[in-house]
Amino acid sequence: MNNELLNEVTFFVLSIFVGIEVISKVPTILHTPLMSGTNAIHGIILVGAIVIAAGASSPVTIILGLVAVTLATTNVVGGFVVTDRMLEMFKGRQATKPPATPTTTTKPA
Amino acid sequence: MNLAISLAYLVAAVCFILGLKQLSSPKGARNGNFIAAVGMVIALVATLPLLHFTTAGVIIIAIGVAIGATAGSIGARMVKMTAIPQMVALFNGVGGGAAALVAVAELLSFGQHPAFAEAFPSVFSIVIGSISFAGSMVAFAKLQELMTGTPITYPGQQIVNGILAAAILGFVIAVLAIASIPFSFISLMVLALVLGVAFVMPIGGADMPVVISLLNAFTGLAVAASGFTLNNFALIVAGTLVGASGSLLTKLMSDAMGRSLANVLFGAFGQKRAGVAAVAGKEGRSVRTGSAEDIGTLLAYSQRVIIVPGYGLAVAQAQHAARELAELLEKRGVEVTYAIHPVAGRMPGHMNVLLAEANVPYEQLKEMDEVNDEFKNADVALIVGANDVVNPSARSAPGSPIYGMPILNADQAKNIVFMKRSMRPGFAGIDNDLMYDPKTIMFFGDAKDSLTKLVSAVKAA
Repeated sequence: MNNELLNEVTFFVLSIFVGIEVISKVPTILHTPLMSGTNAIHGIILVGAIVIAAGASSPVTIILGLVAVTLATTNVVGGFVVTDRMLEMFKGRQATKPPATPTTTTKPA
Repeated sequence: MNLAISLAYLVAAVCFILGLKQLSSPKGARNGNFIAAVGMVIALVATLPLLHFTTAGVIIIAIGVAIGATAGSIGARMVKMTAIPQMVALFNGVGGGAAALVAVAELLSFGQHPAFAEAFPSVFSIVIGSISFAGSMVAFAKLQELMTGTPITYPGQQIVNGILAAAILGFVIAVLAIASIPFSFISLMVLALVLGVAFVMPIGGADMPVVISLLNAFTGLAVAASGFTLNNFALIVAGTLVGASGSLLTKLMSDAMGRSLANVLFGAFGQKRAGVAAVAGKEGRSVRTGSAEDIGTLLAYSQRVIIVPGYGLAVAQAQHAARELAELLEKRGVEVTYAIHPVAGRMPGHMNVLLAEANVPYEQLKEMDEVNDEFKNADVALIVGANDVVNPSARSAPGSPIYGMPILNADQAKNIVFMKRSMRPGFAGIDNDLMYDPKTIMFFGDAKDSLTKLVSAVKAA
């Protein structure tokens, strides 16, 4: 096993522990946004897709690269936007207690 | 790897970890998503200087990013909140597909006899990425009701799936040990796609959230494997974070349903269902129905009402009508709370998202553990489009497919108003004894129409 591979395995193993630890206390109401958020994060495959697409020259690699970049970008952009839309709805309802619908259009003084 | 790039990847990894951390607390969730997105941009920008672009490469990246960004943002902005689960399935599937294609491209570039340390992660990524892609598409189709949500089973199904898995294993060995040629890894991909479809087919629509979460973790692992192939730390760390947290989330979700993951995936849900339906089926039991006026009066003169919202409320877009009814009742001095089952809607937390959209005050939403003891003091449990989450057979009938799932104690309320479209069983496909309870009044119709009728009835009362 060479040094680089050893490093990679180290990162892999440590990331497993971090990944489990970091979300271990998530409340049920956040399960859906969390799933959607992690879904956006694995869109990092876009980095890989760009790496293979960048050097594309043969028809096969061009098609593979094009499809991979398209799919991965859809994953990243769609993932983050849809998560944000979900979380937008949670915004402010803990912060503002009175349910007496204050109009938010008025500018703050 | 260049030092600056390594440092940028480190910053990106920290962003992902902080983002995940914040995403799991109600206060910082939105911020967390933003931090993760910043990490993504950093990782992407840092990657570019390292690459040697061909002209074709620049063009296809530009086209791919343009199409993907448009499709992703339009899809994410247009989707109705009720359709979120299938949207997540779709975005997850395309990610898995991308991971598989990246691995195919890498295998092509390695030649016929790649080193094991390079070939193994590629093969892993192809198999897992393809399963995730195909499985997610089936999950999407089931939730979008493009195909039936009931489990699709046939005799010998497990054997067929077993043969598929064995064939995949055979091709994996062929690629690794004999020759890595397009025929072998294309076959591998096709078989994995078929297995992905076959794997999700027999799982019922109600269990799709758990499946999507599992496939989400799969995609994470496929991405991590691609990271090993490309020697890219950002992919390894981010992919593994998702793989690990996604696996835990999958377990938390099946726990919330009171089932083990194995039971969700291979539980022969269908067979048991047939048995129970046959027993509980045609006994000619009668149900009591009520008019909007009866129920309106009952509600108006109650002291405590607990609303149990379910998926029926979501599909009918009735969350606003529910809030209107609740506000009206509160004006009359009735205490109103919402009892949220962990798996109400089609994903854990889905119902909270929908009710938040309708501006229902956060304080009125109570989780199962909090509210379950309050049902016995409630005058009315108003069940709107929910079914399985209040089915007493989860407590009492060991043969029932949902036996052991924690349920809301709606049956302990003094009166139960059961609003449903019809007598049809719920998502799990089983009969609900609560409908035949003498305390229960059935009120049939679309959830939104029914709630609107109740609003006028309460006003008149």
